[in-house]
Amino acid sequence: MSSLTVTDVTKSYGATPVLTGVDLHVPEGSFTALLGPSGCGKTTLLRLVAGFDDPDRGTVEVSGRAVAGPGMSVAARRRRIGFVPQEGGLFPHLSVAGNVAFGLPRRQRRDTGRVRELLRLVGLDAALAERSPHQLSGGQQQRVALARALAPAPSLVLLDEPFSSLDASLREETRQAVADALAAAGATAVLVTHDQAEALSMADQVAVLRGGRLVQLADPRTLYRSPHDLDVATFVGESVVLDADVRAGRAHSALGVLDLERACPDGPARVLLRPEQLRLGRAGGSGPLARVRAVDFFGHDARVRLELPSGVAFSARLEGWDLPAAGDDVTVGVLGAALPFPSAEGAPAAHVSA
Amino acid sequence: MSPAAGPGTTARPAVPGRFRTRTGPRRPPVTLLLAAAVALLALLPLAYVLAAMVDVGWSGVRELVFRPRVGELLWNTGRLVGGTVALCAVLGVGAAWLVERAALPGRRVWHVLLVAPLAVPAFVNSYAWISLLPGLDTYGGALLVVTLSYFPFVYLPVVAAFRGLDPALEDTARGLGLSGWAVFRRVQLPQLRVALLGGGLLVALHVLAEFGALQMLRYPTFTTAIYDQYRATFNGPGATALAAVLLLLCLLLLLAELRLRGRRGYARTGSGVARAGRPVRLGAGGAPALLALAGLVALSLAVPLGSLALWMVRGSSTTLDRSALLETTGTTLGLAAVAAAVTTAMALPTGWLAVRARGRMATLLERSTYLGSSVPAIVIALALVTVAIEVTPWIYQTVPVLLAAYAILFLPRAIVPVRAAVEQAPPLYDDVAASLGSSALDRVRRVTLPLLAPGLGAGAALVFLAVVTELTATLLLAPTGTTTLATAFWSASSALEYGAAAPYAVVMVLLSAPATVLLSRDARRGLDAVTARRTGRGPLP
Repeated sequence: MSSLTVTDVTKSYGATPVLTGVDLHVPEGSFTALLGPSGCGKTTLLRLVAGFDDPDRGTVEVSGRAVAGPGMSVAARRRRIGFVPQEGGLFPHLSVAGNVAFGLPRRQRRDTGRVRELLRLVGLDAALAERSPHQLSGGQQQRVALARALAPAPSLVLLDEPFSSLDASLREETRQAVADALAAAGATAVLVTHDQAEALSMADQVAVLRGGRLVQLADPRTLYRSPHDLDVATFVGESVVLDADVRAGRAHSALGVLDLERACPDGPARVLLRPEQLRLGRAGGSGPLARVRAVDFFGHDARVRLELPSGVAFSARLEGWDLPAAGDDVTVGVLGAALPFPSAEGAPAAHVSA
Repeated sequence: MSPAAGPGTTARPAVPGRFRTRTGPRRPPVTLLLAAAVALLALLPLAYVLAAMVDVGWSGVRELVFRPRVGELLWNTGRLVGGTVALCAVLGVGAAWLVERAALPGRRVWHVLLVAPLAVPAFVNSYAWISLLPGLDTYGGALLVVTLSYFPFVYLPVVAAFRGLDPALEDTARGLGLSGWAVFRRVQLPQLRVALLGGGLLVALHVLAEFGALQMLRYPTFTTAIYDQYRATFNGPGATALAAVLLLLCLLLLLAELRLRGRRGYARTGSGVARAGRPVRLGAGGAPALLALAGLVALSLAVPLGSLALWMVRGSSTTLDRSALLETTGTTLGLAAVAAAVTTAMALPTGWLAVRARGRMATLLERSTYLGSSVPAIVIALALVTVAIEVTPWIYQTVPVLLAAYAILFLPRAIVPVRAAVEQAPPLYDDVAASLGSSALDRVRRVTLPLLAPGLGAGAALVFLAVVTELTATLLLAPTGTTTLATAFWSASSALEYGAAAPYAVVMVLLSAPATVLLSRDARRGLDAVTARRTGRGPLP
């Protein structure tokens, strides 16, 4: 088990810069998610760490020892870094057992006990050992791929969007099995994903990549509550972003006067609220009035789309019982404080996200 | 917020002394060089003919080409190609419609029987007919024999296209009040256009390149004229000029096909239609339809096989030389095995690049091999003989020259399956294996080779079977004393010793049969490999 340190890593393909000066530290035994939209360079970063590709600049260190740096690069096969590709990437010409045992020393490959143990670790029945990969479900393939990666006891496990090809129902179950197996193996893991819920729920820390740069590295709660900018805010979760005027440490906005999460100089700013911070009351109560445009009902909860008389639209997240109906007029209350972003440094693309 | 600083800037390798330094691109261009060498070899005959013509000069070309003899050959070749393509189109489409769409008993059996003529090499078919009916040495005879040998080249793609048609379209057309004939003419035929064109082109190129069958029928075309010219004057400019005209005809056909196809795009065939259409009841037409199919099978299959059986019986009492037959079979199989191995090995770099390094260069190299193999065998042989004598006299009359000819002729048969296999082995598997600690050599052994093996095997098998029945190039290039089944058959039947020739033909037919069964089972994929040989293009995407 090892830590991973990436320092000032830069990589271009031809004239296209993919990664620019990325710094990242993954502590020993932790689970880190690399989160970003497609094309942000997260898979490239994973490939550089794995040794499938070399950085143009910067160093990659595993437990303090450089594996890639100026003028040198340790071959992928000597890095002892496990890799779980998208859709599993199981060798089609080998059985499940053959896949799992692939990275074991020659003498151990026939040891069915070892294979069974690894299959159990990822929550699979040992009876699957003789199956072909194409006879497995997508979730089972992913688990076999993880077992294969864990077999040679790697110092680090990299997972490249392992759940994105799975059905929603299978995804949750597979995530849980993978998280349990990684915890049981005590492995340091890096997961690449574009799914913010996956990143927030599975990882100890989340690294947000955007346009080839690392924008924020934080634990999930900090990331969700104190995003670095409004772009990160809207990327990691649904947001209510309002124009406001900050005076004496409070924001004056269309939803009333709001407390602030942190100090902010007086003047124009944009403030961030999460939809679950909003509470709706019957018309006639206190607070600003809004009209319900639509209700997206999910069962356990619902997204209520609202519009202020001024035309500002936003959403509230409410529990699934006692919901207003489209066309109702409601009052809007705010729980907790808002996060201010002074306009001077406001993100250019900030907008209200549904 | 910002990540913790790394533990230091001093870079030490994880395993001291065991790191590679980065120099240049990761993949050396060795594969590219190999593929380029293969492409150059494939284009050698074309280049030779071109160079020879440039050498002769315009006045020389005029003298050699613009003469009555060439006009005669053009007329002979043209009307044979035109007649054969027309007949094959009618027979191929008709048979395909009956097998795929009509309610006939035993459709699976009919299908196999209609593909089976491909197991009888055209020159064997020709022998079978002329030995029974010596009066067939006319245009009509040539048309009959060549059509019966090559109509499966139309039948197969059209059957595949019929299978790819959405029956819902026919149902819709019927719902709109169209009759059965109108449905065929207005709905099905337009969708079969690409398959029909492709099949027709294949037939045309085969007829242009056909030597053995026409020589035996004494029907003069460019190939037979080149051969006679070569026999008379060895490698005079006369033979090369004829070869140039023949090549021009091939290239014109390829170009025409490219333009016709390019304008309308590709038809999607065989992508798997879930629901099979309801067969059309023929009513009173059922009996004549069955009779027509039976007649076609009788002429294309029963006559040659019957004739072979007849000559076996007649010949066995007099001339069957078992040891000679065994030895020749052994020589042929050995030669075919070596050619299969060599050609498949040569196909690997091209097929690899076509998938792993997609781009203009890879496409150019792949197309070069297809173009090279669409050159008729007689021209390839002529070019290799001349080049060998003039440039590398020490390899003239040796096996390597013959192997080179086989490679040029049959490379696409190996490239198509090899390429498909490389597609099944994406670089991801290599990366995963590396991350599991597997070395480069270990990865080749445990990952790449097992994944490529089926494709390499299929390619080698196709080349093997093609070489077993190859006549033209072998006739010109085989070292003195090396006799294959085809050349032994040829010398016996040329001397009108039909009984002595029969056993060699039987062995060739038996060896070709398995490939034919495979073709009938998977019409589209099997045909891809064969069509690529003559039509100068890759498989349909």
